[in-house]
Amino acid sequence: MRITGVRAVATTVLAALALALGACADDGSDAGTGSGSGDAGNPTGTIKEGLKVAFLPKQVNNPYFDTSDNKGGKVAVEEFKGTYSQTGPSEASPSAQVSYINTLSQQQTDVIVVSANDKDAICGALTEAKSAGAKVVTYDSDTQPQCRDVFVNQATAEGIARSQVKLISDAVGPDGGEIAVLSATANATNQNAWIEMMKTELAKPEYAKLKLVATVYGDDQDEKSFQEAQGLLAKYPNLKGIISPTTVGVAAAARYLSGSSYKGRVQLTGLGTPNQMREYVKDGTVKAFALWNPADLGYLAAYAGGALASGIITGKQGETFTAGRLGQFTVGANGEIVLGDPFTFDASNIDQFDF
Amino acid sequence: MAADTAVARPGRPVWRSLLGSWDAAVLLALVVVIVVGSLTVDGVGNPRFYRFVVVEAIPIALIALPMTLVVVTGEIDLSVASVVGLTCAVMGQLWQLGVTSLPLLILVSLVLGCLLGGLNGLFVCVFGLPSLAVTIGTLALYRGLAYVVLGDRAVADYPVDWTRGMIAPIPGTVIPWFVLVVAVLAVLFGVLLHATPVGRALYAMGNNAQAAAYAGVAVLRTKFWLFVATGAVSALAGVFWTFRFASARADNATGLELSVVAAVLLGGVSIFGGRGGLVGVIAAVALLGTLRNALQLADVPANALTIVTGTLLIASVVGPNAVRAARGRLRRRPLAGRTPL
Repeated sequence: MRITGVRAVATTVLAALALALGACADDGSDAGTGSGSGDAGNPTGTIKEGLKVAFLPKQVNNPYFDTSDNKGGKVAVEEFKGTYSQTGPSEASPSAQVSYINTLSQQQTDVIVVSANDKDAICGALTEAKSAGAKVVTYDSDTQPQCRDVFVNQATAEGIARSQVKLISDAVGPDGGEIAVLSATANATNQNAWIEMMKTELAKPEYAKLKLVATVYGDDQDEKSFQEAQGLLAKYPNLKGIISPTTVGVAAAARYLSGSSYKGRVQLTGLGTPNQMREYVKDGTVKAFALWNPADLGYLAAYAGGALASGIITGKQGETFTAGRLGQFTVGANGEIVLGDPFTFDASNIDQFDF
Repeated sequence: MAADTAVARPGRPVWRSLLGSWDAAVLLALVVVIVVGSLTVDGVGNPRFYRFVVVEAIPIALIALPMTLVVVTGEIDLSVASVVGLTCAVMGQLWQLGVTSLPLLILVSLVLGCLLGGLNGLFVCVFGLPSLAVTIGTLALYRGLAYVVLGDRAVADYPVDWTRGMIAPIPGTVIPWFVLVVAVLAVLFGVLLHATPVGRALYAMGNNAQAAAYAGVAVLRTKFWLFVATGAVSALAGVFWTFRFASARADNATGLELSVVAAVLLGGVSIFGGRGGLVGVIAAVALLGTLRNALQLADVPANALTIVTGTLLIASVVGPNAVRAARGRLRRRPLAGRTPL
């Protein structure tokens, strides 16, 4: 039995070590969240100091969320003198996220800023965290509205459509011509909403010379998108521009164009990430593309959380608050706060971003 | 024929063999984690902490019960998480088609689980294929079917009574009532494994399937029913999962099989079969869950967490083997020798 004793001790030491490694216990005796009784917001108030704000992205080690959280949220939380943290699962699963929400509510976190892996599955845990006193802000990806206080929406369908049409119009030039859309899947709700909005936008007189001739679907697969881009140019020899409002599609189309004789003659824009699009912006295939700035998204979400926890807003439509350098924002219907029009990336600014 | 396990070794009082066994080591580690955690990490040890740990551990504990028996016989079932996913998907689809009777949904799920487990059993026991290969195949197959059934949709409009009810506490406590279901099953599987001739036969076939067959054990038939039981219990875990998260999705419980196998191995069950018991496995489920939650509360990042769990696992696999080797008691056995019957 001597040796099994050693084994037991070894296991014990290992476990203890593991605990000691991370045991930076905080006393948790925070001031509590004050908004309490008042139902209405207090737009003249200031954000309280010392708020504990935790960002819970879909998964950690994801460049998009590292940008939104560590380059945006953290800056904002430091501005209003709170305590920032980012935590979350290493895989983007709802069940793992629930476990982290439970942890945050046990830690008496004042504000939980979360991007939902499942709009329903994390609801129960969020409701419980709210009843334990936390304010819940969703960003990037929403839950059911009743499970959070506000949703910081990166962009509206309208804003995306407006920016995409403007970008392709600028790239194609004043003479206009035929354009096409390379979308994701044929039944993707958000894609279809954007495409409908683009059609409305294209009906405006300033875009009279642009003619949408086709919408094709790359199913958010790189190869399929690549082939669809190829097919578009074969079928429409006069095509002047492609809009691909999906990160997979725009990167695949850019790769095709940059290696073809159409480079520079057929314009491309869409929703893409700087890391995927950098080489195509530099080699002249793409003049400009758009996406929201994730750092701004995280920054606004942190301020919205601070405003909630300080009683400045409660999540009702029409309430206003100031989000540091981004200025004033108004809570819209269903507790939505819209960041604004998408951010345009081009050769002049793309090197400032890494996601 | 007697298995080299603390509980099943004949001729010694159970308490004496338990003391100083791997089971005791795991239990001790659990106690240490709780004590050290309570002293150093704010929030560890209060009732809410235990409730969260227990709710999270329920699906793993459930599936670990039959999995222990399967691994004791020298087999493995890696398709369990996909069975959970497929059950969730089928329940979601049935609900959308208008099946609103809870008993019926549960019944269909359990029958489905038996069928899926039976298919594993068929391949392993009738066609004589290795369970590792078969269940890696059905891991992909069942998950794929889940996507066929439900696509990338999520079905979430279940009555709140069902979803809240699934994790409702036993009146007067913080412990979810579903723990009682786990407890009943644990007793059933525990008695089967440790106190019946069937249990002894499981150890025997894990140690040497051929010898067991010659000794009159119905090796293949027994294994077949173990796979069926594993499927059924995984389906039950799927029912729990659907209502606990109020969301039926095809990707539910992805990767859960690894947590289950981790708990079974950490619980002292030999991956080569023939050794281990349920006490250790249940303690290991509790240990992994408690450790994980305690570390999360201590703000240990997810990456470090997986390193800790991985290290524990390696220790649990290497530890007992190294000790046995040192004692010179390592008996060479053919790995999962298959018996032509």
